[in-house]
Amino acid sequence: MRGQGLIDAFVTTAPALHDPLAATAAVRVSSTLRGVESDAELLERLRQGDEKAFVVLVGRYHGPMLRLARTLVANEAVAEEAVQETWSGVVRGIERFEGRSSVKTWLFRILVNRTRSALAQEYRSGASRDPGQALDPACFDERGSWVVPVEPWEDDAVDRLDASARSATISCSLEGLPTRQRAVVELRDIAGLSGDEVSDLLGISRGNQRVLLHRARNALRAALESEWAEAE
Amino acid sequence: MPLRSKDIVCQQAVELMVEYLDGKLSRRDRRRLERHLRACPNCSAYLAQIRATVEAAGAVEPDDLSQDAIDDLVDLYRKWRAEGPDEP
Repeated sequence: MRGQGLIDAFVTTAPALHDPLAATAAVRVSSTLRGVESDAELLERLRQGDEKAFVVLVGRYHGPMLRLARTLVANEAVAEEAVQETWSGVVRGIERFEGRSSVKTWLFRILVNRTRSALAQEYRSGASRDPGQALDPACFDERGSWVVPVEPWEDDAVDRLDASARSATISCSLEGLPTRQRAVVELRDIAGLSGDEVSDLLGISRGNQRVLLHRARNALRAALESEWAEAE
Repeated sequence: MPLRSKDIVCQQAVELMVEYLDGKLSRRDRRRLERHLRACPNCSAYLAQIRATVEAAGAVEPDDLSQDAIDDLVDLYRKWRAEGPDEP
């Protein structure tokens, strides 16, 4: 297997890979590997031509970038190409990274720049639109109180869904979101960028970012709630 | 309880929640929201659900890459390195 040497080289930093049962899983860049070194350290090693640092960064960000690319462009092949071009931009443009933003923001910025399409235009044209309200006004009565009381979840409600069911619910629900909401929540809650970073990246106002994020979170909340209700 | 001018209603409380979770609310708005949350079981339940949702979304793991995909990217990496840096 062509990449096995690379994977073997990681064993010293990823004890979980010693597990023989994990042997087949070892060919994947596991979540253990994603968390070993800081982005800045990896970038420094990449600057020095360290191929292993590249593989770890790929393990950390290829998936989240592909998720976002799928939101920004309609076609899977184009999304994959955009992510590949992003990595090319990283490897070949690394000397131009000045560290004024985080590595993560830099990566997503390159990706967004590579997906400047009709859809990306839509994000920018939304910048001056009235952001609207975080929730449908029909949720509230004339005094601004909830029409339907909010039933509290039990403390461990979400935890009782196993992790894969939870991830599947979130992923499935993300796919059903309007594109602008999906892009914002992917960048904020999954990729972990700040509100200001996301506003700048997508060219939307702070208010718009806030409203889109809340609507998306509310949709995911509702999806978890119904999944949890079904699991009861 | 009569509504004071500095009090907010549920609909306004919901509008403040994103910035509250980001720690970006002004002191005045934070106090108004927290006072509302103490008095409103609906909004405090809703905020707890949003918090749990954010946590669940943050735990979503990206799909693991196949070895072939990693190999392809490593091949490309070597090619890009050989080509040298982009023209600025």
